[in-house]
Amino acid sequence: MTPAVVTPPAGGDWAGVFAQFLLLSLLSIGGAISTVPEMHRYLVDQHHWLSNEQFSAMVAIAQAAPGPNLLFVAVLGWGIGGALGMLVTMIGILVPSTTLTLAAARWGEARRHTRGVQAFVTGLAPLTVGLVLSSGFVLGKPAYGNPWLLATMVATVVVCVRWKVSPLWLIALGGLVGGLVT
Amino acid sequence: MTPPAQPLAPDAAALPAADESPGTLPAAAAGAVATIEDAGAPSVLDDDSPRTPKSPGEIFHVFTRLALQGFGGVLPIVQHELVERERWLTREQFLELLAVAQVLPGPNVVNLSLMFGDRAFGWRGGLAALGGMLLAPLGVVLALTVAYARYAQHPVVAGVLRGMGAVAAGLIMATGIKLLPALRRNVLGPTLAFAFAAAMFACIALLRVPLAWMLGGLGVVGYVLAWRRLAP
Repeated sequence: MTPAVVTPPAGGDWAGVFAQFLLLSLLSIGGAISTVPEMHRYLVDQHHWLSNEQFSAMVAIAQAAPGPNLLFVAVLGWGIGGALGMLVTMIGILVPSTTLTLAAARWGEARRHTRGVQAFVTGLAPLTVGLVLSSGFVLGKPAYGNPWLLATMVATVVVCVRWKVSPLWLIALGGLVGGLVT
Repeated sequence: MTPPAQPLAPDAAALPAADESPGTLPAAAAGAVATIEDAGAPSVLDDDSPRTPKSPGEIFHVFTRLALQGFGGVLPIVQHELVERERWLTREQFLELLAVAQVLPGPNVVNLSLMFGDRAFGWRGGLAALGGMLLAPLGVVLALTVAYARYAQHPVVAGVLRGMGAVAAGLIMATGIKLLPALRRNVLGPTLAFAFAAAMFACIALLRVPLAWMLGGLGVVGYVLAWRRLAP
């Protein structure tokens, strides 16, 4: 596992990265985590700017830190191109959704009782659940070849579904397991 | 740390707040939807709100404080700080804001902060809330990232991060699994709702179809079907 990127984006790629994150901002129905599979497809599969392991490690770092989970975008941006990468990805992911939020909030929430908005919320709910499951699957990629990591992932799922535990403890425990056996 | 809401209504198959803490998320989503049905809820920052923020600076300060406490999900902390500690919002007002924040694209806590600040002091308030929510945690997360880049080649550090990554994947997977039962009450009907979720997983996770195609295709189909079934 190398600390640097697999191949960093060249100068001309940044417009494309920015456009991609602008689009992702509008597609982040149900939150930032539902865009994880698409970010992985773009950054790892398509452009090879990050490896599977780097991608998962970066999301894990953001999950272990305080603050909104959205900050994993800043970590990924930093990972592909330092401060410039962070600015491009964060501005990209924030501007469309915040603009839309402000506009919609002022437009009046009265409309959220309407059939159109209700249809939007319930009609897209199954897709969002599918997206959240996809995010978990994609982030688990580095674990599938290693029985210890796979067991850690499965145990996390079981514990979280059955009991209410602070994610921070589980992440710390996972770090311990990873440090000792892999 | 208490979840912001218990499900108030049985019909709770709404958009999950997927960017937030796996543990508290379904309850939050359910509660938020319940308020959608509750048409008589008071609007945010009405006179019955016990206190109001004094300045954008105070908003920035409070949002920085609450963001730094939010390990593994900020939403419960936002609820605690704004409703119980600062008393800037009533519980109903909080749920109302959350319901709107969830319908819009983008992370629900970020949308909620923005709307709260905007109601209080216009765009300056929105910016103060957003900045408070993001800037200090960004500093923390970047310090961790720089440390990671520096020590990632160390075998123990690499192992620790692999373990943390596996847990992060499991946490998100568990969130998705916990949201599945809510689909039984979806307006599309359980069979169709589960089929849509499965199709989304197969296309996005396994076949790696671009998200825009899926939302433009399956998303539109879901919307139209829900629209028809919601006919009065």
